[in-house]
Amino acid sequence: MSVAMTAAAPQISIRRLWKSYGERVVLENLSLDVHAGEFVSIVGASGCGKTTFFRMLLGEEQPSRGEMLLDGKPWPQEPGADRGVVFQRYSVFPHLTALANTRLFLEVSGAPLLARLFGARRRAADERAMAMLEAVGLADSAGKYPHELSGGMQQRLALAQSLVAQPKILLLDEPFGALDPGIRADMHALMKSLWQRHRFTVFMVTHDIEEGFSLGSRLLVFDRVRNDPQAPQRYGARITYDLPLRTDP
Amino acid sequence: MKRLVNQRPSRGAALLLAALPFIVLFALYLQASAERHLENPEDRLLPGISQLVAGVNQVAFEEDRRTGEVILWVDTLASLERLAWGVGVSALFGIVFGTLAGMLPLARAPLSPFVSVLSLVPPMAILPILFIVFGLDELSKIVLIVLGVAPFIIRDIQSRVLEIPVEQLVKAQSLGMSSWQIALRVVLPQVTPRLVDSVRLSLGSAWIFLISAEAIAAEQGLGYRIFLVRRYMAMDVILPYVAWITLLAFVMDRLLAWGNRRAFGWLYTGRKAEEGA
Ligand SMILES: Nc1ncnc2c1ncn2[C@@H]1O[C@H](COP(=O)(O)OP(=O)(O)OP(=O)(O)O)[C@@H](O)[C@H]1O
Ligand SMILES: [Mg+2]
Repeated sequence: MSVAMTAAAPQISIRRLWKSYGERVVLENLSLDVHAGEFVSIVGASGCGKTTFFRMLLGEEQPSRGEMLLDGKPWPQEPGADRGVVFQRYSVFPHLTALANTRLFLEVSGAPLLARLFGARRRAADERAMAMLEAVGLADSAGKYPHELSGGMQQRLALAQSLVAQPKILLLDEPFGALDPGIRADMHALMKSLWQRHRFTVFMVTHDIEEGFSLGSRLLVFDRVRNDPQAPQRYGARITYDLPLRTDP
Repeated sequence: MKRLVNQRPSRGAALLLAALPFIVLFALYLQASAERHLENPEDRLLPGISQLVAGVNQVAFEEDRRTGEVILWVDTLASLERLAWGVGVSALFGIVFGTLAGMLPLARAPLSPFVSVLSLVPPMAILPILFIVFGLDELSKIVLIVLGVAPFIIRDIQSRVLEIPVEQLVKAQSLGMSSWQIALRVVLPQVTPRLVDSVRLSLGSAWIFLISAEAIAAEQGLGYRIFLVRRYMAMDVILPYVAWITLLAFVMDRLLAWGNRRAFGWLYTGRKAEEGA
C-alpha cells in the first residue's frame, strides 16, 4: 500500500484512527505508515477533515479512538520543536523583524529564562539565522517587519523560522493557498530544494491537486465513502487513495 | 459637485473648523458675562477676562498668604502624584492579571468572572468603606482609582491577548517555547502597546475618581480646591482650574499616544498596511 522506501520501521504509524466532535464523525478508521523523509500531500473536498487530521499531527487535537505513534512512542499531546509548522496565514510574529523571527528558536532554546541571547552567542545565532534567510532568498529583507514583506516572502520567512529548529516533521496547511500562481511556482521550487537538502518528513494539505502531485512523494486523497442522507453527521472521511509518486532526483 | 461624503476640508480649513467650537463657546461666554456685569459690576458667577486674569494670578503666581506656597502647583503636584499611583498600579495589575487570564485557561477560570463582577461594583458607592478601611489619607484615594480603573484594563488586556491568532501560539510551541517564553517573547511585546491605549482610555475615569475623592476628603489637590472655593462662588478660580485639568488630561493623552507610536512602530505601520493606506 505505501511506498517501499526503506525496510526500516516507519517513523509515523497510525492505526484505526477516529475523530469526532460530539455526534459529528469527521475521520473514520484511518491507518497509515509514513517513513522518515517522505513528502506526503493531502487533498480532499472542503470540510472533509484535512485540517482536523493536520491538527492531530500538530498535537493540537487528540484522536477520539485509535493509535498514533511517532518513532514507536505515543504521539505528543501538544505541539513541539520536533514538528515544524507553516499555516496559510499568521505563521510569523508581526512584532519581530525577519531576522528576529528566524533567530527566535535559537534564542529560546539557548536561554530558557530570558529567551534572549547576548554577545558572542547572539552573533552566532544571527549568523545561523542569516544563513537560513539566505537559503530562502530573504537575506536582503533581514531587517524588515512581516507587514513590509509580500505574502510569498512572509511564507518564506515562516519556512525559514521553522527550519532553523531542524524539525523531524514539517507540517504545512495550504501554505501557498493565498499566493499568486507565479509566486506559488517559485515557492514550489524552494520547497522542493529545501526538502531534498534537509530530508525532513513533510505533510502538506492542499486544495491544488496539481501542487499535490508535483511536490509530493506520496499523495493521500481524503473522501467520505459512506453517506447517509438522513444523517450526514454519521460517517467521516477515509483515505480513499494512497498513491506513490515519482520524485525527481 | 462631489457628494457630501467625499468632500474633505483642506489642512487650513480643518484647523479653522477645529477651532470654531472653542471660539463660539468663548464668545458666548464673554457675551453672557458682559451682560451680567452690566447689571451688577461685582458679579462673580460669570467672571470677565480681567477677573479671570486676577484669579489665575492669585492661584498660579502669588504665594498664598497663609502657607507661603503657590496653591496651583501644590494642588497639581498632589493630584498628579495620586493619579500616577492609581493609574500606575492599575496598569501593573492590568498587564499581569490580563495576560494571565488571556494566556492560561487555568487562570482565566477564576479570574475572568471575578473581574467582571468587580468591574460592575460602582466605586463611588464603596468610597465610604475605603475611607473607613484605608483612612482619609492618600491610600484610600489611590485605592479608589485602582478599583475604578483596574478591572477595565484587566478585561481589555485579556481580550487583547485572546485576539492574538491561535496560529501564532501554535507556531511558538512548535519552536519549543515554554509558556513563560511565549509570554515573554510573543504575548507581552504585542500587548504592551495595547496597554498604553487602554491606559489612555481609562484616564478620563481616573480623573473622575480622583476629583471625587479629593472633593470629599483632602488637604490639597485640584479637586479639593475646586470644591473648597465653591463655597465663596469663586468662579474666577474654578474656571481656570477646570481649564488646567483639561489641559493636563489632554497633554497626558497626547504624550502617551506619541510615545506609543514611537516605541511600537511595527504596530502602527502594520495597521496602516492592513488598511491599505
Ligand atoms: N472544533 C470543532 N468542533 C466541531 N466541529 C469541527 C471542529 N473542527 C472541525 N469541525 C468539523 O469537522 C469538519 C472537517 O473540518 P476541517 O477543517 O478538518 O476540513 P478541511 O478538510 O480542512 O476543509 P477545508 O478544505 O475547507 O480547509 C467540518 O465539517 C467542521 O465543521
Ligand atoms: Mg482546512
